[in-house]
Amino acid sequence: MPQVTLTVNGKSHSVEVEGRTLLVELLREKLALTGTHVGCDTSQCGACVVHVDGRSIKSCTMLAMQANGAAVTTIEGLAQADGTLHPMQEMFREHHALQCGFCTPGMVMSAIDLVNMHPDGLTEHEIREGLEGNLCRCTGYHNIVKAIAAAWPLMHNKQAPAAAA
Amino acid sequence: MYDFTYQKPSSIADAVKLLAEPEAKALAGGQTFIPVLKQRLNKPSTLVDLAGLGLAGIKAEGDKITIGAMTTHGAIAASPEIKKAIPGLSMMAGWIGDTQVRHCGTMGGSLANNDPSACYPAAVLALNATIVTDKRRIGADEYFQGMFTTALATDELITSIEFALPVEKSAYEKFRNPASRYAMVGVFVAKSAAGVRVAVTGASQNGVFRHTEMEQALSGNWSPDAIAHIKTPPGGLNSDIHGSAEYRAHLITVMAKRAVAAAS
Repeated sequence: MPQVTLTVNGKSHSVEVEGRTLLVELLREKLALTGTHVGCDTSQCGACVVHVDGRSIKSCTMLAMQANGAAVTTIEGLAQADGTLHPMQEMFREHHALQCGFCTPGMVMSAIDLVNMHPDGLTEHEIREGLEGNLCRCTGYHNIVKAIAAAWPLMHNKQAPAAAA
Repeated sequence: MYDFTYQKPSSIADAVKLLAEPEAKALAGGQTFIPVLKQRLNKPSTLVDLAGLGLAGIKAEGDKITIGAMTTHGAIAASPEIKKAIPGLSMMAGWIGDTQVRHCGTMGGSLANNDPSACYPAAVLALNATIVTDKRRIGADEYFQGMFTTALATDELITSIEFALPVEKSAYEKFRNPASRYAMVGVFVAKSAAGVRVAVTGASQNGVFRHTEMEQALSGNWSPDAIAHIKTPPGGLNSDIHGSAEYRAHLITVMAKRAVAAAS
């Protein structure tokens, strides 16, 4: 069986997989990192979003072998060792941006990439468009949008722009 | 998904050799192909990952922009050179799927698949781009040969796509299926050295096609009014639960007018 070697949340792993093993299967079933969810399994809902080499991708639509040699970050890799939450997680908590929580890991991973991709500012419209690939069936998105807008200045060490206030 | 042997060659020659095996398939970004495999619609013996061939990248020269086949939609949408030279192509790339799909999906993969609802075929046909493979150069008019059918041989790889400059005007408008976000009708309009060209995707049972009546009307008068009266015959257009052929025929004129207005 082929071997995939990759870094997940800063830790190196070398795991035997099948050619057809998906990245999300590797994470959940081989590495027991079950924070990454499988919602639709058809790359529409975004519950499986993780970062591969810093970019958000849908781990249900990437083969484990495609991530060979890559650095992967999952929801488990965001908080600090002492339990201090990542600013995006903290703002999701602060703004009550989740109800059942199933979509939340993917939402948070997509949201962090979205904020990273917009260093000069992020409007509410851009946030809503940026969440195109993530579905939430509980919240109606309003509080998720608020949480992301509130996380933007924290992540960029800036004052909140007017649009995010 | 049926299992397969995964291979990641590091040269085009090795990739082509692997693809010459029966039941071998190429893997580009995988955003269409992996879902196809999950549904067991395809059973390759070997999957040849093209990510190690160095085919990603955008090169802007004076008279052309060359986009490597493995360049992602996200990279194309983010390219300042493409935004400046061919704004319609930039807009199209930023409108495919979602951010996560755009981080993986590639122009070469989309063109090799030639899904009848894919966006890029409309841009490539309207801009008269050249498909460069490991064996030859193929003009856009010759390349697209109907739904999921192209001029490519089974062991032939797209290496890059060349867009001749300058492009005077370009824009793309699509009417998205509200659920899948695929183009029910997408229209790319362009005015370049190749003349005025209008390409329609999503609508026809035969995949992307040029709308010559609109091209002639726009050649004399680049304005939405010049094509407002043009009706597309519904024969040969898709008719499904999302919309009838007549509805799609109507959408073609509406999308074309919007695209012309956006490029005016």
